[in-house]
Amino acid sequence: MASVLILVAAGAAVAALLALRLWVVLHSRVLGPRQSCSLLVVAGSGGHTTEILRLLENLCNAYSPRHYIIADTDEMSAHKIHSFERNRSDRDPTTMLSEYYIHRIPRSREVQQSWLSTVLTTLYSMWLSFPLTHKVKPDLVLCNGPGTCVPICISALLLGILGIKKVIIVYVESICRVEHLSLSGKILFHLSDYFIVQWPALKEKYPKSVYLGRIV
Amino acid sequence: MKCVFVTVGTTSFDDLIARVSAHDTLQIFKSLGYNRLVLQIGRGKVVPEPFSTESFALDVYRYKDSLKEDLQKADLVISHAGAGSCLETLEKRKPLVVVVNENLMNNHQLELAKQLHKDGHLFYCTCSTLPGLLQSMDLSTLKCFPPGQPEKFSAFLDKVVGLQK
Repeated sequence: MASVLILVAAGAAVAALLALRLWVVLHSRVLGPRQSCSLLVVAGSGGHTTEILRLLENLCNAYSPRHYIIADTDEMSAHKIHSFERNRSDRDPTTMLSEYYIHRIPRSREVQQSWLSTVLTTLYSMWLSFPLTHKVKPDLVLCNGPGTCVPICISALLLGILGIKKVIIVYVESICRVEHLSLSGKILFHLSDYFIVQWPALKEKYPKSVYLGRIV
Repeated sequence: MKCVFVTVGTTSFDDLIARVSAHDTLQIFKSLGYNRLVLQIGRGKVVPEPFSTESFALDVYRYKDSLKEDLQKADLVISHAGAGSCLETLEKRKPLVVVVNENLMNNHQLELAKQLHKDGHLFYCTCSTLPGLLQSMDLSTLKCFPPGQPEKFSAFLDKVVGLQK
């Protein structure tokens, strides 16, 4: 009986500690100037990849190395990324070698997949996302909504919670989302450092979000 | 040569492809002065048979590396509501009709189509209302679509990560 109580107390203490760590991580801001910033970009299928590459177009060369994560079934995104990186180095010959990598993880969710099985596939994605995120240890995670980004962002948060590294999480809601957030957006609104929306209606509903106008 | 370009991006949208290649829709295109129809069908299962007569030609393909050329040659673009397809078309200043896919969960694409329509940049409809819209729409009422500003994003990001240049 006593051992059960001790176990429960220990469990509660760990949970409280994790919650406290999460709160600390979410409220800390990485300050201090830096010369470069390593980037982990979550590229979802179709339009998600197109949108996120548009966001990256104007970024200076200091954002290096760039790690892209795509779903393992998504060859089109791999192709778009290679094209994008090629154009980048063509345009700016002062960039020595474009330092970028493409990593593949299983999709969290197929389009029209049931919500229940989505929980299971997301847990499986988490199992694979954390080692990858831990290996890369980026300075910044950038994503715009595909299911793949939730496990990645949670992994990035875990790095902070475990005291390994504070990773800045920037979420840009897709331009498709005019009045309502996506499911990923609703989840990551509370877990990201900066949550960017592209329509005034969303800024009104979510005053803590960042509104820069249309950026793609 | 007046050309209609139909695109579904990386998705499958069989209802749209079937609708635009149906005999009555082809007649509508002809009556409006179009003599070429190009279908980019993505992952779709419906694959219309291409043909070419004196008065009309139909081309069909799944994907291309870039749709720039087909967009450039088009006089009218009919597209699914994907953001990429919409933005690329509007940036090329082509008249755009967006067809909303009623089979998608939550149909998040509908919000964008509605907003851009509200702002006067495109027309939107469903597969069943497409023929009616084609015959009644006035393309000259469409407004120009100003480009997005990714430089605002990069300036913001530089600031929050503390990048020293």
